[in-house]
Amino acid sequence: MTANVRPYVEARAQKGLWAASRFLVLRRASQLVFLALFLSGPLLGVWIAKGTLASSMTLGTLPLTDPFVFLQSLAARHWPEGLSAIGAAIVLAVYLLFGGRTYCSWVCPINPATDLAAWLRRRLNITFTAKIRPDLRLYFVGAVLAASALSGSIAWELINPVTALHRALVFGLWFGAGGTAAIFVFDLLVAKHGWCGHLCPVGAFYGQIGKVALLRVTADNRAACNDCMDCFAVCPEPHVISPALRGERSGATPVITAGDCTVCGACIDVCSKQVFHLGLRGRNAVRPDPSMTAPSPAARVVSSQPAVLERDLP
Amino acid sequence: MSDSSSGIPRDPRRRKAMQDMTRFGGGAAVAATMLTGFGVSSRARPAQTLRPPGALPEKDFLAACVRCGLCVRDCPYDTLKLADWADGPAVGTPFYVARNVPCEMCDTIPCVKACPTGALQHALTDIAKAKMGVAVITSRETCLNLQGLRCDVCYRVCPAIDKAITLEVSHNARTTKHAIFEPVVHAEYCTGCGKCEKSCVLTDSAIKVLPIEVAALKQDEHYRRGWEEKTKAGGALVDAPLKLPVRRPEGGTP
Repeated sequence: MTANVRPYVEARAQKGLWAASRFLVLRRASQLVFLALFLSGPLLGVWIAKGTLASSMTLGTLPLTDPFVFLQSLAARHWPEGLSAIGAAIVLAVYLLFGGRTYCSWVCPINPATDLAAWLRRRLNITFTAKIRPDLRLYFVGAVLAASALSGSIAWELINPVTALHRALVFGLWFGAGGTAAIFVFDLLVAKHGWCGHLCPVGAFYGQIGKVALLRVTADNRAACNDCMDCFAVCPEPHVISPALRGERSGATPVITAGDCTVCGACIDVCSKQVFHLGLRGRNAVRPDPSMTAPSPAARVVSSQPAVLERDLP
Repeated sequence: MSDSSSGIPRDPRRRKAMQDMTRFGGGAAVAATMLTGFGVSSRARPAQTLRPPGALPEKDFLAACVRCGLCVRDCPYDTLKLADWADGPAVGTPFYVARNVPCEMCDTIPCVKACPTGALQHALTDIAKAKMGVAVITSRETCLNLQGLRCDVCYRVCPAIDKAITLEVSHNARTTKHAIFEPVVHAEYCTGCGKCEKSCVLTDSAIKVLPIEVAALKQDEHYRRGWEEKTKAGGALVDAPLKLPVRRPEGGTP
């Protein structure tokens, strides 16, 4: 894989700055909004969301609970009393609709730190990476649940750097940010996408939801792909792209079905040929996006369309 | 791991999968063991860190508390804090230190109402029945009242005055003509709010609130109190005064 050191250059030139950074801007806005909902209370006295990402109460009416924390609590044999069960069900339902690991790329406070590490890696051309298989984290999910059952405590929350960072930001417990600093160094110097992509059991849990979640990224315009590899350079989970992008010959769906995909939209931003779009699971048709306004290789899309439609339409 | 001895032809993918499962499974087992040890050891917490009202016993509390901080947010007196790594209790869990800010014992118990999991038991509706800990005179040598002085501060500030703390009068043997007004805690009424500990005038408080499990308030099952058993049975449990055999040395006289 020839990773481009500056993958966005071509996309910016072809589509313009906004179209080439739309999802990045939206994601940062989303991360800030989620943080602001929790911070407006302690900072301005306007209480919108109380609590932390583990469990919260919004405007005194909407309870939300992290289903992975809830599951550990059940494994530790606590039968919940109160709103946490409802809160966990709501969060589960939302992520079943909106893509599972969207939590990782749109909500998780650690994401900016790991994104920065990945960006620096490209810029500084750090190519060394420890080889960790992406499915190791699934074993960690099992380990966390086993530890919760054996110790009778919510085990992962004792070290979870995600909620620790959120508590640091929202409650001012600054020791908790240390884990994020360690993750940044690990991601930068030890393993590419090391934490989010290989180890974090929270992401692995949401990835299981992502396996059946409705909202997905689709390479529905894959016929336009010119093999520039930019999407592989920016994707935090590059292994999810190939089956969809290169599935034309085997007739595989263009939808990125793998639960590991965080629906971050980096591939959509970076692609100068507008191969990727947001889509839904099950929408396997390969179609040109009607809203496409940027100067695109329209001829190629049209010419390739019938050949693909024959195979992929039911 | 090797299947070379069997008649089945080797499948390198299967072999790899088995290797991965063993390696990752082993790694996960190590991680689970370490995390379990950490989980168990996190039950220990400094005796001066107290849980909010209605908290489950520590072991069950750590299975139930999701570390959301909603109780902390709804505490109107900023008594409750979330534990940082260096504070002692399991990280992210709520606690208070009575000597810093004691519990004001709100009638409505907002912290319990805010708890989404029942780590703070919703069955607690009367704050006077809370058992956050129990006050103990930990330093009889320095307590001013026990020296024969009249400090009485812990007694005066107690929200359950004359029930949770009483002053018991005894003779002052040092002066021979004065009295000692000893503050005595009655655990039955003490909620562990910590007002007494907070207001003790000494540099190091002579009265401290200890977690129930440290103060050890449970009577052993196998000790039966004769006078209580007598009331329960509605009469003496032994029929008549025992006639004991007389034992004296051979040939001795009474």
